[in-house]
Amino acid sequence: MPKQFKGRPILSGSVEGEAAVSRGGFNTLASFQKSVVLRSKTATCSDQNNPDLYNRQLNGKILCLPQTIGSTTGGLVIQTIARRGIAPKAMLFSGHIDSLAAAGVILADIWVGQRIIVVDQLGEEFLHSVENGQPVRVLADGTVEVG
Amino acid sequence: MYLTSAEQAILDGQQGETLQKVMRSVVAYGEAFDAECLVPIEGSPHLVTSFGANTIQPYFDMLQELIDAGLKTRQPFTVDPRPMQYDVLDPGLLNRVVFNLIFGKQKEYEAQLKQLGLKDDNAFTCTCYLPEVGNRPAKGTYLAWSESSAVVYANSVLGALTNRNSAGIDLMCDILGKAPLFGLMTPEGRKATWRIELKTSGLPNAQLLGSAIGLKVMEDVPYITGLDAFLGAGLNPHSEAYLKDMGAASASNGAVGLYHVENVTPEAVEQGQDLLAPGFQTYVITDAELERVLQAYPVLWKDVQARPARVFIGCPHLTLEQLAGWQQRIDQALADAGQRRASVPTYLCAAPDVAEAYRQANPEAFDRMKQQDVHISNICPLMYMNNPLCASAPIATSSNKLRTYSTARFFLEEDILQLVATGSPRGGRHA
Repeated sequence: MPKQFKGRPILSGSVEGEAAVSRGGFNTLASFQKSVVLRSKTATCSDQNNPDLYNRQLNGKILCLPQTIGSTTGGLVIQTIARRGIAPKAMLFSGHIDSLAAAGVILADIWVGQRIIVVDQLGEEFLHSVENGQPVRVLADGTVEVG
Repeated sequence: MYLTSAEQAILDGQQGETLQKVMRSVVAYGEAFDAECLVPIEGSPHLVTSFGANTIQPYFDMLQELIDAGLKTRQPFTVDPRPMQYDVLDPGLLNRVVFNLIFGKQKEYEAQLKQLGLKDDNAFTCTCYLPEVGNRPAKGTYLAWSESSAVVYANSVLGALTNRNSAGIDLMCDILGKAPLFGLMTPEGRKATWRIELKTSGLPNAQLLGSAIGLKVMEDVPYITGLDAFLGAGLNPHSEAYLKDMGAASASNGAVGLYHVENVTPEAVEQGQDLLAPGFQTYVITDAELERVLQAYPVLWKDVQARPARVFIGCPHLTLEQLAGWQQRIDQALADAGQRRASVPTYLCAAPDVAEAYRQANPEAFDRMKQQDVHISNICPLMYMNNPLCASAPIATSSNKLRTYSTARFFLEEDILQLVATGSPRGGRHA
């Protein structure tokens, strides 16, 4: 029986995929820097300071995180990976979305025409429950099913 | 979010499709944070994106769409430092090839920036707020700045009001001349949720103190007590330079966008401990705690005993007073070591306008530094370290921000001076 959580849809949509989970803050620039610089066809997490995701594939995944951290170029990085088709399908935040991630997903949606589905405020229990590789289903009303 | 009739008309597309997209972006950004309304940006903009990297084509395409629609910022803007300055720092032929591969669109990007409202050719610095550069917003001014070290300085030391904005959305707000009102722009968002009690034996290294605070509070607002005992009350060029470096370290090691220093920063002088929010947490910083933080930094050099290839000082860029101070201390360290030239090529990074002011005020010292292999450069050392060949060399720095985002190794200022003079830190110990 999948566990169900309810959050706030920021960029709404329905999608299913495999979870990639960052228990700590997700450093957008550090995570995607290598893929962007090397123009890779996939996005392997290059943030050595992220023990949950380092060296794991992020493209097409359902990224589960508390918030993004790091350089204020983070939003530009999201815009770039969205255009290149190597972004996560969705970003699910346990807490409130941060200003860098919000700017990135909104600019990708409006200026690049690539929507990354975003739900925030899913609660601490969500991030404690979800594991790397688990199936995740996101509904347009902000409902998230794990497992 | 409440919009005026004029703002709603833009959102409805009555002033063209591109400006409509700009307004849609800013409104969606504000709504994500339950912003009540848009407020007018009264200060000059500062943007973070200064590099023409080949890999960020979607960003350049967006800028071209804005230019083609005849849009530009309401006021001239400053922007972060350039990635290269070959006449001062020649990295060698191979590294130049790599730099050109990474930043091959620099010339075209700077042409775009001029069309969008760049202040002038000297507008490339992360310390736009220094008097010589002149983009120094007044207290209470609404902004939409992005560069994290400039955001935390504007909020904390100048008392201006800006969120930590990302590249791209900063420009959208500045084209509209409006920003959504939320977070650090509101009185509630500027309350401190941490009380930092400084109990050290003397004035701590600013870069180390900022790091300790950032690592502890992350994106929260700290209220710092005890620092005024060493810095003195109120602001002066010395304390402003100290707070610049402390803030940059707190913003990069964590995500601090605003701090208050009791009896020093403007809002703390006015409101004191009323700035503390109910239920605040406390963090006590002692000499031992700072030593613990220092020892926890990973060393990313391949050979921890290596002689540094270069030394970078000034990330964020140095103030005029800091330039003079470093020059005097390097002179003294070389004299003490019986050396005429630095043992390691050394770069003091500063804004073009600050470097020129220093050269004009100190022509003899400026010439002497060149003979010492000590150079004033206006580059962004972080961008320099984006070149993988440059990043593989042992680079030493006194900057905690550069340490955080690159393979550069952090040394305390006394060790940096010894490195410059002798090639080894104090006592010859590296670890």
